[in-house]
Amino acid sequence: MIPAASKSAGRAEAERLFAAFQAAGAVPVEADLLLPAETLLDLYGEDIRARAYVTSDPLQGEMMLRPDFTVPVVQAHMADGAEPARYCYMGEVFRKQEHLGNRASEYLQVGFEVFDRDAPEAADAEVFALFSSLLAGLGAQALTGDIGILMAAVRGLDTTDRRKQALLRHIWRPKRFRALLDRFAGRAPMPAARAALLDRLATGSPEDLIAAAGSFIGLRAPEDIAERARALTLDAKAPLIKAPEAALLYDLLSLQAPARAALSHLRGITPMLPAIEPAVDRFATRLEALAARGIAVDSLAFEASLGRTSMEYYDGFVFSFHGPDGMPLLASGGRYDALTAVLGQGRSIPAVGGVIRPQLVAGLRQLCEGAI
Amino acid sequence: MLKIGVPSKGRLMEKTFEWFGARGVTMRQTGAEREYSGAVDGVDGVELVMLSAGEIPRELAAGRIHLGVTGSDLVRDKLADWSLQVAELAALGFGHADLIIAVPSCWIDVDTIDDLDAAAAAFRAAHGFRLRIATKYHRLVREFLTANGVADYQLVDSQGATEGTVKNLTAEAIADITSSGETLRANHLKILSDSVIHQSQATLFASRSADWGAARAVMVDLAAKLGIAAPAL
Repeated sequence: MIPAASKSAGRAEAERLFAAFQAAGAVPVEADLLLPAETLLDLYGEDIRARAYVTSDPLQGEMMLRPDFTVPVVQAHMADGAEPARYCYMGEVFRKQEHLGNRASEYLQVGFEVFDRDAPEAADAEVFALFSSLLAGLGAQALTGDIGILMAAVRGLDTTDRRKQALLRHIWRPKRFRALLDRFAGRAPMPAARAALLDRLATGSPEDLIAAAGSFIGLRAPEDIAERARALTLDAKAPLIKAPEAALLYDLLSLQAPARAALSHLRGITPMLPAIEPAVDRFATRLEALAARGIAVDSLAFEASLGRTSMEYYDGFVFSFHGPDGMPLLASGGRYDALTAVLGQGRSIPAVGGVIRPQLVAGLRQLCEGAI
Repeated sequence: MLKIGVPSKGRLMEKTFEWFGARGVTMRQTGAEREYSGAVDGVDGVELVMLSAGEIPRELAAGRIHLGVTGSDLVRDKLADWSLQVAELAALGFGHADLIIAVPSCWIDVDTIDDLDAAAAAFRAAHGFRLRIATKYHRLVREFLTANGVADYQLVDSQGATEGTVKNLTAEAIADITSSGETLRANHLKILSDSVIHQSQATLFASRSADWGAARAVMVDLAAKLGIAAPAL
C-alpha cells in the first residue's frame, strides 16, 4: 500500500495540477459543497446513495455532500458558458465507504473539462495528453477505451428497437447487459419464470388478465401493463440475434489490445458490423491526434469495455491512470456528450474531461523519490 | 461480566428465553412485568441486557454488549461489513421471515426482477420519476438491486404498514419481510419469484469489538452449556 502523503503535500500537489490546468487555458470554477440530491439521484440512480453522504436541509430538502464536480460544472456551463470553454476546479469530494478498510471518504480532486463542438477527437487527445504529461515519471499505467464503439455496435444490431434500447440502457451494468444479450442471442435458455409468464399471457387478452388478477392498485396504468404484456408476447416471437452477429459483439466486449492493434482488429470486423464504422473512424482520428501529441499509441492499452462500471455517463472516449496494485485510480475521465443534454434542458454540447487525485499522486511521488 | 442483549418484549423475547432455557441457561425478567431488567441463572458471570431488537446490532457493533440475539436481517441491514463487526454463533430456529420484493398482483407482466427493471424504465418514461419501492431495509434492498443491475428505481422509507403504501399511491412496489405472505395477498400484492433478498431468523451474534478480557472465560462456560463452539474473538 502506498503511504498517504501528508495533507500539506497533497494540497501542494493539487495546487501544482490546478496551476497546470490554468496554464493549459482553463478558467477556474467554484462549485458548492452541498448539492441538491434530486439532480444526482436522477442522474446516477439510487446507487449514488451508497456512495454519497446525504443530509437534509429544512427548506431545500435532501442535499448531498459533493461526490464529484461534473454535475455542478456542467450545470454552470449550460447556464451561462461561452463556447468553446475550458474549465478547471480543485476541492474536496466526499465518498461514503460501505466497507471497512483504508479507502478515503474525503479527498481532493483537481479536474479539467473541455466543452467544444469542433474536433471532439482533438479535444479527447488534448485532455489525455495533458493528464499523461502531469503524471509522467510516476510509473502510472494508462488505460483507454471507447464506449461509443460499443453503443454503435448495439445500435447496429439486426434486432428489434426494444431489444436495442434494453441493451443500451444497461451498457453501464455489464452483468445485466450480458444476461440480456445472452437471452436475445439464444445463448441462455429462456428463464422458466418468463416461459410461465408467456404461457399465462397466452390464455387471454392483457385487459382480461388484469381484470382477473383482482383489485387494481397502484400508479402504474393498466394501459402500460397491457402494453408491456403485448410487447413480451411479440418479443418472444422475434427472431434471435444471429449467431455471427452476436459473436462479433461478444468479441468486441472482451477486446483488449494495444490501441493501434485494437484499431486494426476493429477495421477487420467493420465489414461484418458496418454500423460501427463511424465510431471506428473517430477512434482512428483520435489515435492520430494522440500520436501527434507524442503519445505512444502502439503501446497504449485499450479495453473496449473500460468505463462500463463507473458512473453511468461516459459515452465515448474513456481513460484511467493506475498506480501500483491496490491503489485507487490516480486519474480518470472521458467523454460525456449525452450528460450535457440531460442537464442542459434542451441544449447540449460535446464535452470531455477528467479528474486527478492529488493526494495519491503526492504519495506516489514521495515513494518514487524515496526509491531513487 | 459477559453482557448479553436480548429482545425486550414479545414473542422474540419469549422464544429467546425458551431457547436458552432448553440448554440450562435460565433467563427471566426481574422486577415488575413491564420493567426492562432481567437475570440469568445456570451460568455465572452473565448479565442480561433487555433491548429493542432493532438496537441490538448497533450495541454489538459498538461493543457495549458481548453477545446479542436479534434477526439476521437487522444485522445485515444496519451494519456495513456486518461479518467483520460481529460473528454469527448460532441460528436459533425461530423468527423466520423472508425479505422479498412484492408488486401489485394486477401487474400481469411482472414476475421477476428482470421484469421489474423493465417496468421501472417504462414507468420513469411515463411518469417522470423513478419507480418507488417502499422499505425499511435500505442497505439490503439497494445492494440486492445493484447486484442485479436494476435501474430507474428509488427507495422510499417506510417504517411500518409497508404493504399499504402501493394502494395509498406512495410507492409502486415494496420490499419487506414476510413469513406466510397473507398480509401481502390481503393488500393485493404478489412476490417476485426470484426476489428472496435474505432468509432471516433469530440469531445469536458475538461482538468483535467488545472488551473480551474477563468475559472470555465466561464465554467458554456458556458455549459449553449452549452446545456451540466458543468463538475465536
